[in-house]
Amino acid sequence: MTEPLHEVRLRVNGTPHQVRVPARRLLSDCLRHDLGLTGTHVGCEHGVCGACTVLLDGAPVRSCLLFAVGVDGQEVTTVEGCRAPGGGLGPVQQAFVDCHGLQCGFCTPGFVTTITAYLRANPDPDAAAARAAIGGNLCRCTGYQNIVASVLRAAEILRAGNQVRP
Amino acid sequence: MTAARIFGEPIPRREDPRLVSGAGRYTDDIDATALAVAFVRSPSAHASIVDIDVSGALDVPGLHAVYTYEDLTGRLAEPLPLLIPHPALTAPRTAYPLARDVVRHVGEPVVMVVAADRYAAEDACDRIEVTYRALPPVVGLAAAVRAEHAVHADVPDNVAAHLVQEVGDAPAAIAAALYRLRLDLTIERSASMPLEGRGVHARWDEVDRSLRVYSSTQTSTSLRFALAAKLELPVDRVEVVTPDVGGGFGVKIVHPWPEELLVPWAAIRLGRPVTWIEDRREHFVSSAHERGQAHEVEVGFDGEGRILGLSVRFQHDNGAYTPYGIIVPVITSTQLLGPYKPGAYRVEFTSLYTNTVQVTPYRGAGRPQGVFVMERTLDAIADHCGLSRVDVRERNFITPDEMPYDHHMTFQDGRPLVYDSGDYPALLAKLKKLVDWDAFPALREQARARGRRVGIGLACYVEGTGVGPYEGAHVRVETSGAVVVSTGLTTQGQGHETVFAQIAAQELGVSLEDVTVVTGDTRRFAYAVGTFASRAAVMSGNAVALAARKVRGKALRIAADALEADPGDLDISAGVVRVKGSPGAEIPLRTVAVLANPLRYAFDAEAQRATQFAVGGGTDTPPVAEDDEPGLEATDYYSPIRSTFASGMHAAVVETDPDTAEITILRYAVVHDCGTLINPRIVEGQIHGGVAQGVGGALYERIEYDEHGQLVNASFMDFLMPYASEVPHIETDHQQTPSPLNPLGIKGAGEAGVIPVAAALASAIEDAEGLTGTGVRITDMPIGPARLWELRARWADEDSGRDGR
Repeated sequence: MTEPLHEVRLRVNGTPHQVRVPARRLLSDCLRHDLGLTGTHVGCEHGVCGACTVLLDGAPVRSCLLFAVGVDGQEVTTVEGCRAPGGGLGPVQQAFVDCHGLQCGFCTPGFVTTITAYLRANPDPDAAAARAAIGGNLCRCTGYQNIVASVLRAAEILRAGNQVRP
Repeated sequence: MTAARIFGEPIPRREDPRLVSGAGRYTDDIDATALAVAFVRSPSAHASIVDIDVSGALDVPGLHAVYTYEDLTGRLAEPLPLLIPHPALTAPRTAYPLARDVVRHVGEPVVMVVAADRYAAEDACDRIEVTYRALPPVVGLAAAVRAEHAVHADVPDNVAAHLVQEVGDAPAAIAAALYRLRLDLTIERSASMPLEGRGVHARWDEVDRSLRVYSSTQTSTSLRFALAAKLELPVDRVEVVTPDVGGGFGVKIVHPWPEELLVPWAAIRLGRPVTWIEDRREHFVSSAHERGQAHEVEVGFDGEGRILGLSVRFQHDNGAYTPYGIIVPVITSTQLLGPYKPGAYRVEFTSLYTNTVQVTPYRGAGRPQGVFVMERTLDAIADHCGLSRVDVRERNFITPDEMPYDHHMTFQDGRPLVYDSGDYPALLAKLKKLVDWDAFPALREQARARGRRVGIGLACYVEGTGVGPYEGAHVRVETSGAVVVSTGLTTQGQGHETVFAQIAAQELGVSLEDVTVVTGDTRRFAYAVGTFASRAAVMSGNAVALAARKVRGKALRIAADALEADPGDLDISAGVVRVKGSPGAEIPLRTVAVLANPLRYAFDAEAQRATQFAVGGGTDTPPVAEDDEPGLEATDYYSPIRSTFASGMHAAVVETDPDTAEITILRYAVVHDCGTLINPRIVEGQIHGGVAQGVGGALYERIEYDEHGQLVNASFMDFLMPYASEVPHIETDHQQTPSPLNPLGIKGAGEAGVIPVAAALASAIEDAEGLTGTGVRITDMPIGPARLWELRARWADEDSGRDGR
């Protein structure tokens, strides 16, 4: 018995997509395998590590805990969509480079999406707020100190208006 | 513009732009169309396999193959290799790629399923019925020692290894000492736990009968040789590529994993690309753990706190198999000495089998346990003598004038344990200043007066880094001026693309932007050892420097000919060879690269300048001299006589809640000496990450087996790794004591941060709890609020017991 397929329409990083997937296809697998957007990483598949975080209609969600069929018609932003409009690094991405906010880079996409959403609502955090903002994502490499610095740096870049928000 | 500004500078990482934008390429990103693998793994810690019935799986849509041990042939059907034999490892045992007759831990692979995707593969796994007959499990060191049951039927005492090292007569020195103490010190299991698990992708080319394997490994070159051996393929038909790797921390140095053999084997049999990506539960139950050890210490010392004799006996839980030998307890037994000279020293360990996941190095590799033992002992001595903890350490330090210092022991590389350089008193002075050590007692009293419990602790370590046998590098200047550096060891986030480029740019006199670095690809560099033991910067860094120096020498020789100058009068900067003091007398390195390769055919403008008619020269000598080679490139290797020893000291200020026993780290200070710094920003990042893992090991992380051998916290919900809220801001300061053993004077930095954290926090918690002078100590890690709560209750009971007597 082959599985029935369902048609799902998604806007991912501004581009409309139409995929036919089984009901149980995780959004993370749909993004990675069906759409080839491998920037979204899967670290635990039970919603704890946050590496797979994407923005669903602008709000951070764990894409490993959602079925692709469940987000039909919605707007998804992945780390690939956090670039600057011209294709250069977006403000949060640039901040991670500036502050050595990553080492192996596996958890980084989940931080970039999380911080992107956070700074839209909180453009001027202090260090304690920045630390709290990343409190739901695991990183095994950096000890978080430079990620906290990256949040503050990204806020600075955004405020300076050097980059346009994605 | 000068190259000297590149080496030692905190240059941003060159790998970051692709990694922050989702353009990294990890093993699971390589081929979404490959067949997917899932495994039926043992649900039981110890059992005989009675029957495997795969019939229910055969009609699962998308199924391609099901394999059990019976399907394995040739050398693949033999046990996995014992990677590091040791004379003391008298009963080594390794697993089969798929279980044969008996399973010895939960998670051991029993059946391999290959299907169109992972969903289908797991469907098939669910329908495979394996019948087991339970055997009694051996869980924990106590059960292993009792040996009522054996993990391996032919090892009835469960003892894999037993080793004694002695310097002087420790029992006599202890017996003769003015004071003696005994301590029992225990550290529980944790695990590397990289955010990316293991993963393998293999593709077989039937036309030229070659295999390419991508693996999330810490050693591509050794995996290649292992694959060739186990799959019985010529080595030159096997390529191993390490793509971006999402963290390693030790666990990915083990090879070949069963999956690393079985996935390529299936790819060959099926003639299709095959991928296996480990899920998180698989990583918990089927990769490797570390840290679990129980130690008994006897120490004899004088009234000044000087150690006269030290005897340590410990038991090491090596899990079900010993593929990586006994490196971890060997390192504990040698590195617990730290920056100290203990007088006479005796260390004895027993490495024991249990029905749990195998134990192999996790960042620090036995050192966190050793440092915990030594530093807890020094704190106990200070307390016993009524001395300050820093004074006791200082009195036992090896002093700078005693370097190089020979401990007269054998280190993990089989070489003498000789410290090459270091200045421990200066490091301690830096630490005291950084953390305001001398001002702390007043702060502690002020806090106490307000009902708060705060305490300070410190811990010191010495880390042997940069173990051999060698690493190599190839450096080539292309006719475009691009410099391509290749080295065989792998990268898991350490920034090698940046630091090796810094070294090459510095040595060659080119700009950083002209240099690209390739690591971990056997197509590019076939001879290497791997990335572990804080060795990459020391080993490959020096190899890159040596190869670049050769290239520089050749470039100067060719340029000297072209410029009709003496090579000694030439210098290279910004990619141009110049005659010193003669403005305008210069030739770009890219043109030197053209001249280095005399050509017959002019396929582009640069090549045209290298054809024989263009180059000219004498007609009575060959275009390539007898002792020369074409191309502006060179390979060289760095092979040290022994390890180089980095050092550092940590101090922690903690607060313990009088009611809830919650433990909060208020300050954390690190001073660190890894010799000459290549890139301080990257070194600091390594320290931060190490400390975070140390905090996890000290306060949160505990791999928990029940008495049946079930790993009961095998998820990120239950195995508590630190989030940002648990890791303190880390203050750092550096000291640079160059290593005399290598051309760049560098020492390793990768593991350092994790090593003394448990010891420093134990010391600080003990201080916060006001245990000084009570004889009560923190003796086991991790310690969380629940554990501290229990201890407080026990201490209170003991107090009232004493009062009642």
